[in-house]
Amino acid sequence: MERQLGQIYRVSGPVVTAVGIKPRMYDIVKVGHEGLMGEVIQIEREKSIIQVYEDTSGIKPGEPVENTGLPLVVELGPGLLKSIYDGIQRPLPVLQDKMGDFIERGVTANGLDREKKWEFTATAKVGDAVSGGMVLGTVQESASVEHKILVPPNAKGTLKALSSGTYTVEETIGTLDDGTELQLMHKWPVRVPRPSKEKLLPDIPLVTGQRILDGLFPLAKGGTAAIPGPFGSGKTVTQQALAKWSDAQVVVYIGCGERGNEMTEVLTEFPELEDPQSGNPLMDRTVLIANTSNMPVAAREASVYTGVTLAEYYRDQGYDVALMADSTSRWAEAMREISSRLEEMPGEEGYPAYLAARLSEFYERAGRVITKSGSEGSVSVIGAVSPPGGDFSEPVTQNTLRIVKVFWALDAKLAQRRHFPAINWLNSYSLYNASLAPWFRENVAEDWNEVRNECMEILQKESELQEIVQLVGSDALPREEQLVLEVARMLREIFLQQNAFHDVDTYAPLSKQYQIMKTILGFSEKAKEAMSAGAPVAKIIAIPARDELAKARFEEDFDTLIGDIQKQMDTQLEGVIKESRTQLGEVTA
Amino acid sequence: MSSAKEYKTITEVKGPLVFVEKTEPVGYGELVTLRLPDGSAKRGQVLDTSDETVVVQVFEGTTGIDRETGVKFLGETLKLPVSEDMLGRIFSGGGKPIDGGPEIVPDEYRDILGAAINPYSRQSPHDPIQTGISTIDANNTLVRGQKLPIFSASGLPHNDIALQIARQAKVRGEGEEFAVVFAAMGITNEEARYFMKDFERTGALKNAVIFLNLADDPAVERIITPRLALTAAEYLAYDLGKHVLVVFTDVTNYCEALRQIGAAREEVPGRRGFPGYMYTDLASLYERAGVIKGKPGSVTQFPILTMPGDDITHPIPDLSGYITEGQIVISRELHRKGIYPPINVLPSLSRLMNAGIGKGKTREDHKQVSDQLYAMYAEGRDLRGLVAIVGKGALSERDIKILEFADLFEERFVRQGRDEDRGFEDSLEIGWELLATLPENVLSRIDRKTMAKWHPKNRGKEEAMVQ
Repeated sequence: MERQLGQIYRVSGPVVTAVGIKPRMYDIVKVGHEGLMGEVIQIEREKSIIQVYEDTSGIKPGEPVENTGLPLVVELGPGLLKSIYDGIQRPLPVLQDKMGDFIERGVTANGLDREKKWEFTATAKVGDAVSGGMVLGTVQESASVEHKILVPPNAKGTLKALSSGTYTVEETIGTLDDGTELQLMHKWPVRVPRPSKEKLLPDIPLVTGQRILDGLFPLAKGGTAAIPGPFGSGKTVTQQALAKWSDAQVVVYIGCGERGNEMTEVLTEFPELEDPQSGNPLMDRTVLIANTSNMPVAAREASVYTGVTLAEYYRDQGYDVALMADSTSRWAEAMREISSRLEEMPGEEGYPAYLAARLSEFYERAGRVITKSGSEGSVSVIGAVSPPGGDFSEPVTQNTLRIVKVFWALDAKLAQRRHFPAINWLNSYSLYNASLAPWFRENVAEDWNEVRNECMEILQKESELQEIVQLVGSDALPREEQLVLEVARMLREIFLQQNAFHDVDTYAPLSKQYQIMKTILGFSEKAKEAMSAGAPVAKIIAIPARDELAKARFEEDFDTLIGDIQKQMDTQLEGVIKESRTQLGEVTA
Repeated sequence: MSSAKEYKTITEVKGPLVFVEKTEPVGYGELVTLRLPDGSAKRGQVLDTSDETVVVQVFEGTTGIDRETGVKFLGETLKLPVSEDMLGRIFSGGGKPIDGGPEIVPDEYRDILGAAINPYSRQSPHDPIQTGISTIDANNTLVRGQKLPIFSASGLPHNDIALQIARQAKVRGEGEEFAVVFAAMGITNEEARYFMKDFERTGALKNAVIFLNLADDPAVERIITPRLALTAAEYLAYDLGKHVLVVFTDVTNYCEALRQIGAAREEVPGRRGFPGYMYTDLASLYERAGVIKGKPGSVTQFPILTMPGDDITHPIPDLSGYITEGQIVISRELHRKGIYPPINVLPSLSRLMNAGIGKGKTREDHKQVSDQLYAMYAEGRDLRGLVAIVGKGALSERDIKILEFADLFEERFVRQGRDEDRGFEDSLEIGWELLATLPENVLSRIDRKTMAKWHPKNRGKEEAMVQ
């Protein structure tokens, strides 16, 4: 499409109205003498309404506007991993080189480095019939990830040439019979989902090493989860723990309208941390997108699409990708801000009426699929939600909950008590429990699901008992119920609480999670026995092995310790039983 | 600048806004001067510009503006003249010197909007600042480059706390240069004098830059006051290498001004009538805190906001809390008990604390002591509720100890003098003393190693072993 020139008619913050161009919806235009990047979001007769990705101060009516005729695209190819981008895939280090420590406007930068050479190994053969999404060959992108070079989704034909060698992303690595040149890189419009062959059912968990998540409310690979919570309840810490420890091969982390210092923390921490799967630095498998709250609001709106497109691209290579969006509320607010500048009729709380549709379109891009090349890949989406005032009845939370299958409800009360992760076990849910049950049975323990359910029951029972305790005090409860409270306390303090800042405790393998649950339930069983032998609750809970268990989760040799602790627990409770029997005997005698 | 063309084409004046027609193309955000028929002048800024109409927001209020008023567009955005000589000076909320001193001879003019710091250029904040207040230092440690607001409400001593922090704040063991930038937005004359007197009393004024927009100054000016202050702060920090503490008071007045302009523009309002872009707008202030890699200075923000009706879910504290790195919450309950500083640690939080504490920074046991104090105090307060219903007699021995701990915590740990400057160690030691009143098996947040080394009952032993 040929380029068209028009001019600015009106400027109101990030929204610019232009006349004299005839763009299609979502075409990219260059605005003003500085050529600021913008996107057409509305067409009204001869006027095109544009959201501009950069600050518009000083821009005047009458300045030129140029339509590129292309939608917003991202560049897909080797070099994405370890990168940090803004919302429209401009690498932040490049922006720093070009404009210094502060982000000025009017600078363009390629998503992928044009100079860098990559070692390409062809796996497809000349003469092969190929189509979009099929693998041409590989590039070792980082120590953790072998990048598969794919045929661009819309191309099809017979391979006329293809050779291994060292290439930049733009050099031709081969051609199709119709003359299409193939490169390491191709482009894809961010607002269009990338195609796959078939969606699969989610029956493999995304193991996160977080006890409350894997143990009680697991997320499936290709599933969707929401973490809503008031400020200070630990959304970001939870998101970062997931980015660090989940067993995805690639992680895309979108900092959408959040704090600059948080992104910096990720940037300094991730290269230092080790990926528990591969042993390489975590950064080797991570792409960061940072559009902080004071960066232009239109680019914030785009950042979520940019992120999910990169995630889909790695999925198409057959990888399991975890996408974290922190926070989707800021994304929704960006939509609201733009919508209000457009003077659109607002829906609930000023959000545009299309909020629900946009949210569901986004979450629907998650899924486990058979890719076009026949392998399996997945994109799991975990969206943080920041409800105003911590009120879950607000539109973003509610519209999100209608779509996602896992709900991790953060709770300010728990956070104030320093119970972390502050996920409320009574309000949270996972709809994947049933579909994941066979996997846990086969891969962790035969009775995983029974153990899990029993723990849940105890916690549920505790909340009922707490209501009574609030009225009459715990001493007024029957002994059996006092024991339930104690066991529930153990579950809360030893199993549910997890210290994200402790070197050992931050990641708990499934076997450890299982052992802790199992040991606590074992204690519960044996304690019941002791109780029927007449032992007082105070005696039972005073056994030293109980404290040992509490401390053991911080120890590196947990696996060896736990056997001992279970044995001690048994012996000590046996002791309590014997003692009670003797005393009972003395009394009867 | 003076050659700019003057228009007399005002069609509408509405609240703080003036609508001007038939102009040459005018840039978005451009600075505007208005010459009134009585000869006085006002300044404003372009909010919306098109071929037909330009909307101007007038900083000093629209009183006296009529359709005969002349409007000039200056072709540039609002800039602040900056120089080291700003230290020790007092400016109006619009940036004019009001202390009777000379105009600033600027080294440079800086755009007051300030560009966003590239996240890649940021240095992750990690140097703890000792404020001398236990509830902050031990439980909610402030670090350089952080933005940590005080959530207060009317009738509470937030000003005293802010002053005490501004006075006592120090980084350990280094003789680095500090400066304070103080921006008053809509506070009363009396409050302003209180601040000024304290600045003079302690000699802090010579290292401070002060911007005063008082309650009877035009509300619209409040929109630019914090931006002027931050522009000055960034200059002092990143160009002159100082560690700058920026105090804003009161952000609530700023947000009210924002709402006023939104209403005048007939925008679709968000929650409680505040504009939908208030999050982004507040972020453009708060996010200007930080440390930049390779630059010696830092900007730390300490905004004060009063929660209308003590309501922490009100949009102003709520949106602030989502942007700032934590909050210090002042409690009316503690204040009524006569405890100063009445900081309630439970809803308070410093997000950057973990990066600023521990071995080599404060002390290795810091995190665990802090967590344990929190947990026990939270439980103690719950028990108070329970005691009110069932009486103390129904509590177990463990619970009674925890109940007593909560009282001790408020009396010994929270309470301190207005001039009492506690070191990090002092605060942690008081913490340990209080924890030592509890049975050891309730201290579940402290691991074995820390217990063995730092619990008061084990202290003597370890020293004995070393000897």
